[in-house]
Amino acid sequence: MTNALPDNTGYVAAAYLVFFALILIYVVIMATKLARFERELTELDELADRQSEEREREAVHS
Amino acid sequence: MDALLRKELRLELRAPQAVPAMALFSVTTLVVFHFALQRGQVEGDLAAGVLWVTLLFAAMLGTSRLFVADHEEGGLDGFLLAPVDRTALLVAKAVAMFAFLAAVEIVAVPAFALLLLEPAPDAGTYAQLVLVLALADAGVAIVGTLVGALAVQTRARDLLVPLLALPLLIPVVIGAAKATTPLLLAAGAEAVPLRWLAILGLYDLVFGLLAYAVFDFLVED
Amino acid sequence: MYGSRLRALSILTAVTLTAGFGLAFFYAPMDADQGFMQKIFYVHVPLAIVALCGFVFGGIMAIQHLRTGDSKYDLRSYVAIHLSLVLGAGVLITGSIWAKASWGHWWVWDEPTLVSFLIVFLLYATYQPLRFSIEDPEKQGRYASVFAIIAGAFVPLNFLAVRLAQSYTHPRVFATADGGLPAKMQLPFYICLAGMALLFATLWKYEMASKHTSAQLRSLRRKLGGDDAVAPRGRTASPSLGTGS
Repeated sequence: MTNALPDNTGYVAAAYLVFFALILIYVVIMATKLARFERELTELDELADRQSEEREREAVHS
Repeated sequence: MDALLRKELRLELRAPQAVPAMALFSVTTLVVFHFALQRGQVEGDLAAGVLWVTLLFAAMLGTSRLFVADHEEGGLDGFLLAPVDRTALLVAKAVAMFAFLAAVEIVAVPAFALLLLEPAPDAGTYAQLVLVLALADAGVAIVGTLVGALAVQTRARDLLVPLLALPLLIPVVIGAAKATTPLLLAAGAEAVPLRWLAILGLYDLVFGLLAYAVFDFLVED
Repeated sequence: MYGSRLRALSILTAVTLTAGFGLAFFYAPMDADQGFMQKIFYVHVPLAIVALCGFVFGGIMAIQHLRTGDSKYDLRSYVAIHLSLVLGAGVLITGSIWAKASWGHWWVWDEPTLVSFLIVFLLYATYQPLRFSIEDPEKQGRYASVFAIIAGAFVPLNFLAVRLAQSYTHPRVFATADGGLPAKMQLPFYICLAGMALLFATLWKYEMASKHTSAQLRSLRRKLGGDDAVAPRGRTASPSLGTGS
């Protein structure tokens, strides 16, 4: 099992690199989406906190 | 359906829009080919290529106009209110498109033979060419109707028509160019290979059935 | 819920794909004609098959969408086609590299499968602009589904036409997967194919879960802050999922 065409190793490596780069780019896209979800959830969490505080204050006043 | 088809054709006859533009475009394209290829005469596969690129691009012009009149004048709304089968609209549009293409080819093919084709084709060659043209036109008309109906609803109509239709029509180009090449050989016309006529027929059949299946969803509003 | 079983699927994908590539490099014999560069086969061909199946799957989901009118299927079709386009770019690049390695040219026209793939790729590349140019979400979904069905049916027809059009000047033993492939190459190939299919499924589920989460976030925001708190959806090519369910 000898490597008959050693010059072509680079092409094989390049093809597999393209494949892995594609998947890694996907990971990056997913990471940005995850970051956006986290930010939005933090916002919504604060919003929920503020609303429950308001409700408590209204309960005290009445 | 008869009435719909008559309406389409009467509209084009009364205020000709698409067909003269398409015919003029195809003759101009032939002139462009003369200068771009820097040749006075073409034959064989090159001639088939020139002919089909010209006809296909002219068909793109017609496709983007096919539904515009209906869309702008709210013609489809009126149609949708009437209790007519949607399939009738598909058939009427496709037949109208086929008729437009045939009308364009009556001008474009003799112009092509006159301007660029090296050996003038005889009557037998013309008869065979008409068969190839009819099969290819059927495919172009069906796909054109589908793509035209799809694109007329979008904002980028004129951009989307060629982008959608050209890849879809590649099998037609393959079949038509392969079938036309032997007819246009300088050494004398040979018989059309039946295999490519079968491919064109198969394409027409598949897309005809497909258009029948999905067209309802294209005009439903 | 699209997130369920996502972990198991991810692990299975990683294991299968690693095993497939491992077998391709260390178990499969060197190809008699092509030598080492035939190894591109194990990434290029499974990728192409999976991308094409993804397009067809998108078409099937589009049929479901038109039949039921449920926008869930539109989203499924959209994600499948989107993903197949991404993988399709990979197919064209790896195919081009293989052509360069084999024949010294980055592109050869007498390779029918790759040529057909380019045509299909060009057709589907219009999918996103088509969606983007229709504003009404309901119409957008419907027209996109019609396109997905037409294009899905076009895939096999196109392959037939292009294959017939080629004069077989470069017959290749492994061009047909089951035909001339030696047994010791078949096993790694099928494992790579399975791995690639699993990868598609995983990425599809990731994307679906992400879209679903996004819709749920909008719905939650509406519940907490009223309709004013939700920014209007701008023009987008991505299908809208009703309020998160």
